[in-house]
This record gives sequence, structure tokens and C-alpha cells, in this order.
Amino acid sequence: MTGKRVHFRGVLLPLALVAPQLAITLVFFFWPASQAILQSLRQEDAFGLGGRFVGMANFAALWNDPYYVESFLVTAVFSFGVAALSLVVALVLAVAVDRVARSATAYVTLIVWPYAVAPALAGVLWWFMLNPTTGIVAFVLRGLGIQWNHLLDGRQALLLVMLAAAWKQVSYNFIFFLAGLQSIPGSLIEAAAIDGAGPAKRFFSIVLPLLSPTVFFLIVVNIVYAFFDTFGIIHATTEGGPGQATTTLVYKVFRDGFIGLDLGSSAAQSVVLIVIVVALTVLQFRYVERRVHY
Amino acid sequence: MSVRGFTAGVAAAALLFGATTANAAVEIQWWHAMGGELGKKLEKIANDFNAGQSEYKVLPVYKGTYPETLTAAIAAFRAKQQPHIVQVFEVGTGTMMAAKGAVYPIYQLMKDANEPFDPKAYLPAVTGYYSDTQGNMLSFPFNSSTPILYYNKDAYKKAGLDPEAPPKTWEEVAAHAKKLRDSGMACGFTTTWPSWINIENFSALHNIPIGTKENGLGGMDARLTIANDLTTRHVANLAEWQKTKVYDYGGRGNAALPKFISGECGILMESSGGRANVLANAKFEPGFGMLPVYQDVKGAPQNSIIGGASLWVLRGKPDADYKGVAKFFAYLSKPEVQAWWHQNTGYLPITTAAYELSEKEGYYAKNPGADVSIKQMRLNPPTANSKGLRFGNFVQIRDVIDEGIEAAVSGRTPAKEALEAAQSRGNQLLDSFQKQNM
Repeated sequence: MTGKRVHFRGVLLPLALVAPQLAITLVFFFWPASQAILQSLRQEDAFGLGGRFVGMANFAALWNDPYYVESFLVTAVFSFGVAALSLVVALVLAVAVDRVARSATAYVTLIVWPYAVAPALAGVLWWFMLNPTTGIVAFVLRGLGIQWNHLLDGRQALLLVMLAAAWKQVSYNFIFFLAGLQSIPGSLIEAAAIDGAGPAKRFFSIVLPLLSPTVFFLIVVNIVYAFFDTFGIIHATTEGGPGQATTTLVYKVFRDGFIGLDLGSSAAQSVVLIVIVVALTVLQFRYVERRVHY
Repeated sequence: MSVRGFTAGVAAAALLFGATTANAAVEIQWWHAMGGELGKKLEKIANDFNAGQSEYKVLPVYKGTYPETLTAAIAAFRAKQQPHIVQVFEVGTGTMMAAKGAVYPIYQLMKDANEPFDPKAYLPAVTGYYSDTQGNMLSFPFNSSTPILYYNKDAYKKAGLDPEAPPKTWEEVAAHAKKLRDSGMACGFTTTWPSWINIENFSALHNIPIGTKENGLGGMDARLTIANDLTTRHVANLAEWQKTKVYDYGGRGNAALPKFISGECGILMESSGGRANVLANAKFEPGFGMLPVYQDVKGAPQNSIIGGASLWVLRGKPDADYKGVAKFFAYLSKPEVQAWWHQNTGYLPITTAAYELSEKEGYYAKNPGADVSIKQMRLNPPTANSKGLRFGNFVQIRDVIDEGIEAAVSGRTPAKEALEAAQSRGNQLLDSFQKQNM
């Protein structure tokens, strides 16, 4: 490894080279994060006219707030659902495209397309299709005897935002799975085939184990996505309702801070989120990153 | 041109520009939440004011939805970049009133600027909402509305109902809605703004409080009392009617409006501000009526309360600017400006003079139903229960009440339990607001 290391002479040049990145990190990460931590220890009115240090009172209030505990549950169900749904669908699509001999590029392009759709738009698309009054999918469901009304039914609302979020993420997972599949040597699969293993056996005994680093990596990425990048989808469709059915942790930070103007509690929730991100990152680097082969 | 020459040119231009703006009008920033057609109407008012004098120039800036506008103004205030005037929706009133160092009360502003201003010229139900306990007006009522009942006259005919007789009681609403369902409609009636219509205005019309301390007008230690017998009865009825689609829940905010316009529901309870939309988009003949009450409740209907928004003045600008703000408000109070705004937007005429002017101009004769809202507001002199309400954190509290209604209507929770949960959750929010503003 040491042979590869590049040495810069002096201190100034390396410093100058990393300075832009450091500055961006300081301004856009450390500064806001420190502000959030300071704010989380205070209780003040919206206009910032008065305020006082309250120690851990904001955090204590969170633990006693049944809504906060509920939003943890919602986030867990939501993240798990989005990750599972988008991973499974992406894997099926990737395996299918991997087997296509002709015009694979066209399929790849089409499947990757939704990734370019903005989260809010993705949400609204599904919202329209499932609109209880005018939606085409809701209409078909009614024909099948299923009453679809996500305005009232919390589980259906959660399903709606999960569908929209997973649909968008399928594209991303698909690219990684396809690349993973194509890096599996054809000779391995051929050898198994000659030994008499059927397609299913070949997939579960050879392809999936060799794909596992990709799967692990994607699980972490998908959970982070479901946690933090789905705000637009929820905001554009359910706004966290009905009840608290689709209020995830991130959405609650927004709702309490920007709608409710309870900055102390909102900041405390952000700090909890920072801790979760740190934990997820550590998990990824310690257990997952090591096993991924690029 | 050399670089130096170019720089000099820019500097000269900047000087010139600076000089012209210094001589020109004082700019007054006005942040508002009126999009689309309403935004254009608002801009016309500002333009007319600007054209009428040269000392001041009001600059309206659209800042998104009501909550977005409020949040933007607060963030701007914290960064010392606040506008002079900001439009705040009625549920943000508690928040603004508590921010004593940030807002410049209207009564004081008008006095300091020596502009004529008579709070008595405004409708009592409007001033009550925006005044302190001593009766001093703190913000300038701009766009006010109140919920009324809309119904589909064509559907009424088809169902064998009298198209000229809108329901006056909840018993009649249920009976009419059932007939509409029987005639093949997918839904009998629906309402927009669930909490505003089914709890807040419902209580005012039945002359019962939704909170202690005169619905919060009397102090920040007020607490909610929404889980009373009458509201429980009403929400339980809604849940019962939902089962047979006599009533069909249509979502928060005004999300239920399309259900009526598309012809799915035959009756709708919606803000009077939705009148223009209904008239423009409904493919049937709409009728208008007052909100219903329960037959056996004595003293009902009392009067309905307002929603909408008012204009707040933020402190921290040069003294001279506030003279312009006061002049602009004096202009806004003129009966002809008010009457124009009322007739073109569907919002209430908020001064008695504007109402009388509209009547004299024959507006109500030409537009039947346009005066239902104002008549409903003026049914009786407002009582402590129907003057208005003022609670801190009310934006969230309204969400909590909506959640309670949703829980009951979906059949998950009995009405009593759902309202009690909403009440205790709402009281926690009131408690934390009180602590934040100690």
C-alpha cells in the first residue's frame, strides 16, 4: 500500500488543496450542527426576543411525547418498507435485464429514468393516480372491491408514500445490481450450469452470495435515503397525515420547527437525527464498507 | 474600454442609481400569501396606492402559503431583514401577539402617524379577533372569510328536494344528504377545513366555548374545552354518517372542495372565499346557505367567526417608513377599496361602510348568495364564545384537532376518546407555548 502513497512537499500546498472542501464542511455542516446543538438546549419564542437555557428539558420532553415515539415507529416501518420494496424490485429487474440479449440499453434507460424525477413530483404522481376521487388506480381498486382513501386511512397513506419513495429508488438500486451482476464471471455460472444447477439454484447459490456486498451497501444507502431524502414526497402529498400516520422523524423536525415554531424541540430532534446518522455511518464503515469489492 | 474606465463607469452608475432612489419613493415591503388570481387583485391595490401618491412605494412580495409566509417573516426578523408588513393567517395571531417587541400595534402606529383610524368602522366580529383585551386593534384585518353552506341545486332537483330550501339544521343536512345518496350520488355532504368548520365555527354558532378565558382572548393561560357533550355528539354523528357516505371526509385544508365541484357530493361547507372558485368551475347551479345548527340547542345560531388573515407591522425599520405604512392602511380602509376587494375576491367586506356601499351599488341584488356570509356574521352581537379565538401554537393545535376528527371519522377511535386525546394534546401545546413566551 505504501508504494501507492503520494507525497506532497511542504504544508501549504496540501492545505490549500483541501481548504475548499474543509471550508464547505465547516460552513455547511459544522456550523449548522453546532447551532442545532446550542438551540436544542434552549427554549425561546419564535422571534428570538427572549429565551433561556433549559439544559436537557427539550430532550426529556421528547421522550415523554407519545407522538415522537410513534414517529420512530412510522420511520422504522417506512424505511424498512421502502428499502425492502425497492431492493427486491430492483434486483428482479436487474436480473431480467442481465438476461436480455438485445436492446438491453433501452430497458436500462427506461428503468433508470425515474431517478431523475424530483421527489415532490414522484409523490404527486402517485398521489394523482391514487386520489380517492379522481385517481385511476383508486378507480380500479374500487372495481376490485377495495375502498382506497388515504385521506382517512393511515395505513393506506403510509403505503402511498412508501410506493412513491420506493419507485424512485428502484432506479438507483437497479444500476448497482446490474453492475454487480455483470461483474460476476460468466465462467462460474457456466460451470454451475454444466454441473446441472437450474436457474434458481444458480441464482441463490452463486449470484446472490457474490452480490451480497452490493446488497449490504444498498441496504445502508436505502435506509439513509428513506430517512432523509423522502421529505419532499411526504410534504407534497400527505403532509404527515392523516393523524400522525406518515410523520417520519425528519418530517416532524420540519413540522415542529417551521410550522409549529417550536425551535427548541425541533433542534433537539435534529440532534437525535445527527446521532442516528453518525451511528449509520459507523455501521457502514465498520461492517459494510470492508466487504464491498468495487 | 480599460478595466479602470469600466470600474469608474460602474461606480458612477451606482452613484446615480443611489441618488435617484434616495429622491424617489420610500419603499415599503409587503410580504403576503395570496397566490394566483388573489395575488393579482392584491397587487392592483398596491399599484393603485402607488399611483395615487409619489412619497411611498408599496412592494408586494408573494412568499408562498400562509405558514411559509409567517416562517419567512420570522426568519427574516431574526436576521434583521424583515419586511414592513406581513400577512399572517388568523391562527398565527396568538404567535404574533405574544411577540411584543417584534410587532408594531396598528392602533399605536396610526396614532403615532396621525392618520385617522376608527376601529368602530369595522365589523365587531372582525375587530374582536385582532384586538387585545382592552379593545386596541393590534393588526389590520385584510382578508376575512367565514364558512358557509354550498349546495348543488341540480342534484337537489334530481333527488326530489326543494332547490330553493338549503338545510338549516344538522337534522335537515342528514336527511337531505341521505336523499342525495338515494338518488345515486356518491356522497351526501362534505366539509373543508375540518377543525375550523366542525369545531371552531360549530361552537361559536352554538354559543359554547372551545377554550377557557374567553376562547383565549383573555390570557395565555387559557386551555381547550373541545371535548364537551355537544362537539362529541357532532363528531360522533359525522363518524356515523361516514359509514353510509351521507358524509364523506375530504381531507384537511380545502382539499374537499373538488368533491363538491366535481358533483360527487351534493352539499359542501366551505369558506365564503371559495365562492368564486365554485361559481367558475361547477358545471351545475350552486346554491348558498348558512351553516346548520342542531335544532334543540337554545340560542343557536349565534354568529360565525372569521378566518383569513390580517396585516401585521414589524418593528425595526426607520421611523419615516412607518408614516408610509400608516398612509397605506388609511388607504386600505377606504370604503371603495374595501368594497372592490370584497366584490372581486369573495372575502368579507370588513367595514360596515364597505358593506353598505356594496349594497347601494346593487352588488347583492346582482349576486344572490354573496351576502350570506356577512349576514351569518351579523346574526347576533358576538358573545364571549363567538368573538373569536386566540391560542398559542394554534397552527399545530388545529392539526391535532383535525387528527382527532380523522381518528373518529375513520372509526378507529370513539368520538369522545378522540376529542379528549386532541384536547389533552392541544393543552400540552398551549402549556409549552406559555413557557416559551414567559
